Amino acid sequence: MLPTELLQEGEHLMTVCNACRYCEGYCAVWQTMESRLVFVESDLNYLANLCHNCGECFYSCQYSPPHEFNINPPKTLAKIRLYTYGLYAWPGPLAKAFCKNGLLVSLLAAAVLIAFLLAASLALGSRLWEPVRGGDFYQIIPHSVMALTFSVVGSFSALALLIGFLRFWRDSGESYSTLANPVALFRAAKDVLSLKNLDNDGAGCSYPREKSSEALRWFHHATFYGFLSCLVATTLGAIYYYVFGWHGPPGFLSLPVIFGTVGGIGLVIGPIGLFVLLRRRNREIVDENQSGMDLAFIVLLLLISISGLLLLLLRQSAAMGTLLVVHLGFVMTLFLTMPYGKFVHGIYRSGALLKWALERSRQSENKAKA
Amino acid sequence: MTDDLSGIDVLVVGGGNAAMAAALSAREVGASVLVLESAPKDFRAGNSRHTRDLRCMHDAPTNVMAGAYTEDEFYKDIQSVTGGQTNEQLARMTIRASATCTEWMKRQGVRFQRALGGTLQLGRTNAFFLGGGKAMMNAYYDQAERVGIRVVYNAEVVDLKVEDGKFESATAMVAGKPVEVRAKVVVAASGGFEANLDWLKEAWGPEADNFLIRGTPYNKGKVLKKLLENGVESVGEAKQGHMVAIDARAPKFDGGIVTRLDCVSLGIVVNRNGDRFYDEGEDFWPKRYAIWGRLVANQPEQIGYCIIDSKAMGKFMPSVFPPDTAQNIGELAKILKLPVEKVVATVKAYNDAVQLGTFNHDVLDDCKTSGLDPEKTHWALRIDKPPFYAYGLRPGLTFTYLGLKVDEHARAQMKGGKGARNIFAAGEIMVGNILGKGYTAGIGVTIGTVFGRIAGREAASQALHPVETRKDTKVEEFVHAAD
Ligand SMILES: Cc1cc2nc3c(=O)[nH]c(=O)nc-3n(C[C@H](O)[C@H](O)[C@H](O)COP(=O)(O)OP(=O)(O)OC[C@H]3O[C@@H](n4cnc5c(N)ncnc54)[C@H](O)[C@@H]3O)c2cc1C
Ligand code: SF4
Ligand code: SF4
Repeated sequence: MLPTELLQEGEHLMTVCNACRYCEGYCAVWQTMESRLVFVESDLNYLANLCHNCGECFYSCQYSPPHEFNINPPKTLAKIRLYTYGLYAWPGPLAKAFCKNGLLVSLLAAAVLIAFLLAASLALGSRLWEPVRGGDFYQIIPHSVMALTFSVVGSFSALALLIGFLRFWRDSGESYSTLANPVALFRAAKDVLSLKNLDNDGAGCSYPREKSSEALRWFHHATFYGFLSCLVATTLGAIYYYVFGWHGPPGFLSLPVIFGTVGGIGLVIGPIGLFVLLRRRNREIVDENQSGMDLAFIVLLLLISISGLLLLLLRQSAAMGTLLVVHLGFVMTLFLTMPYGKFVHGIYRSGALLKWALERSRQSENKAKA
Repeated sequence: MTDDLSGIDVLVVGGGNAAMAAALSAREVGASVLVLESAPKDFRAGNSRHTRDLRCMHDAPTNVMAGAYTEDEFYKDIQSVTGGQTNEQLARMTIRASATCTEWMKRQGVRFQRALGGTLQLGRTNAFFLGGGKAMMNAYYDQAERVGIRVVYNAEVVDLKVEDGKFESATAMVAGKPVEVRAKVVVAASGGFEANLDWLKEAWGPEADNFLIRGTPYNKGKVLKKLLENGVESVGEAKQGHMVAIDARAPKFDGGIVTRLDCVSLGIVVNRNGDRFYDEGEDFWPKRYAIWGRLVANQPEQIGYCIIDSKAMGKFMPSVFPPDTAQNIGELAKILKLPVEKVVATVKAYNDAVQLGTFNHDVLDDCKTSGLDPEKTHWALRIDKPPFYAYGLRPGLTFTYLGLKVDEHARAQMKGGKGARNIFAAGEIMVGNILGKGYTAGIGVTIGTVFGRIAGREAASQALHPVETRKDTKVEEFVHAAD
C-alpha cells in the first residue's frame, strides 16, 4: 500500500490533471491518463513508471505551486516511483535498500573493494604489484574464479530483476500471457531505444531546467549504448574464450576490445553529462529521497568505465593487477546492486512502455470494432 | 528607478497574450519596449495562462488544424453568438488576420499540438497549444528575453497621464512605490475588469458577490477606467462578458479550466427553492456552456444544483471536485440543504414527464419531456438509478466586454470620433468591439493575438516615425505583409 499521504497526493494530481488535460500532447503519461476515469493505486504505480521525469508538464502547468492546487507531476510521480521500486523488489526484505540507497551503494563498493584487494594480496602476495607478461588478467585472477563469481552474482541479479519486472507486470493489471505480443514489444522497444518520450518532436525536454533541450536524451543514450557496448564486449570475450578457445588477452584491434573501448568512452561521456545535469536540476521537481540513488549509480558507472579504460591502457604496467582488482570490484558492486538501485528504472519504465503499447493496440482494436 | 524605466519607445501595459504579442511585434520592427506586468512572475500572463487554443481561419488543412474554416463560416459563427452585435469590418479583418496567427506564434517559439490529437472536437476550427496557454506564454517570455524586451513584474499601472488624446506617462507601483514611466507610445493590454469586485457589483448589483472569477485576480480594469475617464470612447456594456456555470466549490479566483462542469444536459438543474428553471437539453456543449453562467446568475443566491443519477457518470468530463452523493433524492436534497419535499417532487414530476426515446448524446436526440414547465427538450432520461449525484453550480466569470473603442489599427478612439494620438489597445480591453455579447471558443486569444500584433506594429512605427511624417499602413496590406 502506498503511504496514505502519497496516495492522496497522487489522487489529487490525477483529479486535477484529468479535468484539465492540457498536457495531452506531451508524453505517454497523458494519453494513458485520458483513457481512465478512476485511478486506483496500481494505475498510479504504472503512470509513475511511465513518466520519464522530463519536467515539461511542470513548467506548462497553470496549477504548479504557488497556485493553491499545487500540481507537480514530475515530483509526485517520482515519489510514487521510488515507492514502487520497493514494492516490486525481490527478495522483499531487500526493498529496504531503496532508502538511503546512495550511502548503501557507496559502503558496499568500499567493502567489495577492500575484500577483493585483501583476497588478491593474500593470494598473490607481492605478485599483485608486478607487471604481468602480455597483460594477461588471468595471471592475476584465474579465469575460473572470475567466471564463477560473476556468473553466480549476475544470475542472481538477473533473476531478481526478472521477478521485479513480473511483479510490476501483474500489479499493472496484465497477465503473463499478454507479454508475448510482437507488435507491442516492437513498439515498446522503439520507444525505449529512441527515448521518444524525452523528445517532443525534436524540441527535447525541460531537463535539467525549464528551457527545453535534448541534453538528457543524448547523455542517456551515451550511457545506455555505452553500457550495451560493454555488455557486447564481455559476451564476445566469453565466446572467444569458450567457443574459440582463445585464452590470451584479446588484442587492441579485436572486437571485444573495440566494443569495450567504445562502450567505455560512452560510459565516461554519458555519466559525466548526466552528473552535470543532475547538479543543475531544478530542485522544485526533484524527489530528494532519490538524489543519493541517482548519484551513486552515475558515479559507479563512471568509476567502472574509467578503471576499465585505464586497465586497457596500462595493462602492460605494474599497475595492472591493482587496476584489475579495483575495476572488478566496481563491476561486482554494480552487479550486486542492480536490482536494488537506480538500474531498475530501466526495467520498470520499459515495462510501462510495453503496457502502453498494448493499451494503444487495444484502443485501436476497440475503435475498429465500434 | 524612474530614469531607469522611462525613455523607451513603446510601453506595453499587461503581460498576457495581447500584451506580449504587441511587445514582440513592436520589437520586431526595431522599437525599444518595456512591459509592465502587475502580477509576480509565478502568476504572470493573466487569463492567457489558462487558455488552451485559438480559433483560426484556414482554407485547407494545416499541420495544427484539420479541414477548412472559411472567412464566411467564421463570421457566421461570430454573428450567431453575438446575435449580430459585432462590428463587421473589424470582425472580418480579425478573421482574415487570424489565418497567419499560428505561423507567427510558432516563430516566437510557441508549440502546437498536432492536428487531430486526443479528445479534441474543436480540431477543425481551433489550434491547440502544446501544454496549454502557460506553455505558450512561457515561449513568448523566452522570446522577449532573447530579443531584449524589458519585463518588470509586480508593476501595476495605477494611473495614466493623458492630455487631449495624447499619452504622456504612466504611474506604476513597482515594489510598493509609485514610479512614473514616460514613453512615446502606450499599448493598453491589461485585460478586462473581471477581477474588480466593486466594479462588478456596480454593474450587477449585490449578486456579483456570488460570482467566481475563473482566471487571474490581477485584471482589475484600472487602466481601462483611467482611459475612459480621460476621454477614450467606450464600447460594450458592463454586464456583458463571458460567463459560464462552474463548480460552486471553485476558488474565488484562478480556478481555471478544471472547475468547469458539463453534466447539465445529463440531468436536471434546480435552484435554491428546488425548482427547475431552464431547458437543460436545449443545445450542445459550447452554446450550453456559454449561457448557463448567466442563467444561474439570475437565480436566487446565484446558485443552481445539477442532479444526475449513476447512468450519467462517466459521460462527461470529470470535475475536479467530487459530487455529493446519496442513495435517494430526499437524502441528496438534505445534504445539499435544499427543501427536501420540493426537490423530491420536482424530480418525480420530471421523471413522470420523460418520454421514451433513443438516447444519443452526440445529436439532438428525441429523449424529451412532455407537459413540464420548462420542458427538457433533448437527452431527457429518468433520474432513477441510484446512487444519485449532485454538483453545485455558480456563475464563473471569464472576462468582461466593456472596453475601449478602437479602429482597425488598434488605435483607441476618443469621444467625438478622433483617434487617440499615441494610445493603442489589444485583447480583453477592446474585445467588446467584436463581441457585443456571447462567446465562441478560442476567439479571446485570436482577438488578442491579432490586435496585439497590429498594436505593436502601429505603436512602433509611430514611435520610430513621429505622427506628422508617418503614413498609416493600410490594414489589408499589413495583414498580408506580416507573413
Ligand atoms: C479558464 C480560462 C480558459 C480560457 N480558455 C481560452 C481558450 O482556450 N481560448 C481562448 O481564446 N480564450 C480563452 N480564455 C479567454 C482568454 O484567456 C482571454 O480572452 C485572453 O487570454 C485575453 O488576453 P489578454 O492579454 O487581453 O488578457 P490577459 O491574458 O488576462 O492579460 C492581462 C494582463 O494584464 C495585467 N494587468 C492587469 N491590470 C494591470 C495593470 N493595471 N498594470 C499592469 N498590468 C496589468 C495582468 O496581470 C495580465 O498579465 C480563457 C479564459 C479563462 C479564464
Ligand atoms: S500538469 Fe497542469 S496543465 Fe498539465 S494536465 Fe495537469 S493540471 Fe493540466
Ligand atoms: S515530467 Fe515529462 S515525462 Fe513526466 S509526466 Fe510530465 S511530461 Fe510526462
